[in-house]
Amino acid sequence: MSVGKYSIILTNTETVPGRTIVEFYGLATGNTVRAKHIGRDIMAGLKNLVGGELTGYSELLQDSRREATERMVEQAKSMGANAVVNMRFATSSVAQGAAELFAYGTAVRVE
Amino acid sequence: MSSEALFALFFNLGFPLLLLLGTYAIGTAIERKHFRDLLQREAKVRQFPLLTFQSLPANWQANSAAMVTGSVVISIDYFKRFVATLRSIFGGRIKTYEPLLDRARREAVLRMTEEALQMGFDAVINVRVETSRLASARRDGKGTAGVEMLAFGTGIKLLRPESS
Repeated sequence: MSVGKYSIILTNTETVPGRTIVEFYGLATGNTVRAKHIGRDIMAGLKNLVGGELTGYSELLQDSRREATERMVEQAKSMGANAVVNMRFATSSVAQGAAELFAYGTAVRVE
Repeated sequence: MSSEALFALFFNLGFPLLLLLGTYAIGTAIERKHFRDLLQREAKVRQFPLLTFQSLPANWQANSAAMVTGSVVISIDYFKRFVATLRSIFGGRIKTYEPLLDRARREAVLRMTEEALQMGFDAVINVRVETSRLASARRDGKGTAGVEMLAFGTGIKLLRPESS
């Protein structure tokens, strides 16, 4: 059933291409708040002088987004869904050096 | 002028100037290297279809779909940030920031495309690119000024008449 990194189907389109939606369960959400690690922050500060990719931050955000998505997936599964459609990501900074990553979508059952 | 005064003058003016020149040289080299790398990797995936449609084109048949993402955090060097700060006094086009956003966006889209290829997809539909400012630079040009670029879409496998 699953394709890719998660145990259910995730899409950001309104349908799942190639399948039909048989039931809607409503909104599934997942969030995580992460702060930067001080060591990474010092490295990023140095890297920031010369520019370029801040690898520490790239990884941090990827991990956090993955965690938010996994929480959303768990919630969708507990509702009985096997897919989440029209998925969206949102980022907001809650405090200096901390960010909230939020993933949400509509939990559905597909054939 | 005494030697102490000369030293103080160097310390107050020379050091920031050296920092500006140094970061300009290294920053520009890193930027050029990144652009070369981007061009090479883009050439490899040029044939891969990325669509911004919500749904499939009428004659396409898909048999599986999943989310693909690509993201990157990039910052620019101290010199370019300094120039941008000067520019923001008078307003107008900030040329030094344009390559930053261009690099970040292309890198994010490339990473997404590479993930889709790795997962064996034939195309990505409903591609979206989002920008978020990770942290704002302080007025003096210090502090992190990275942007995060996130590209995501739905990877699809096409149902081919010959394979079914």
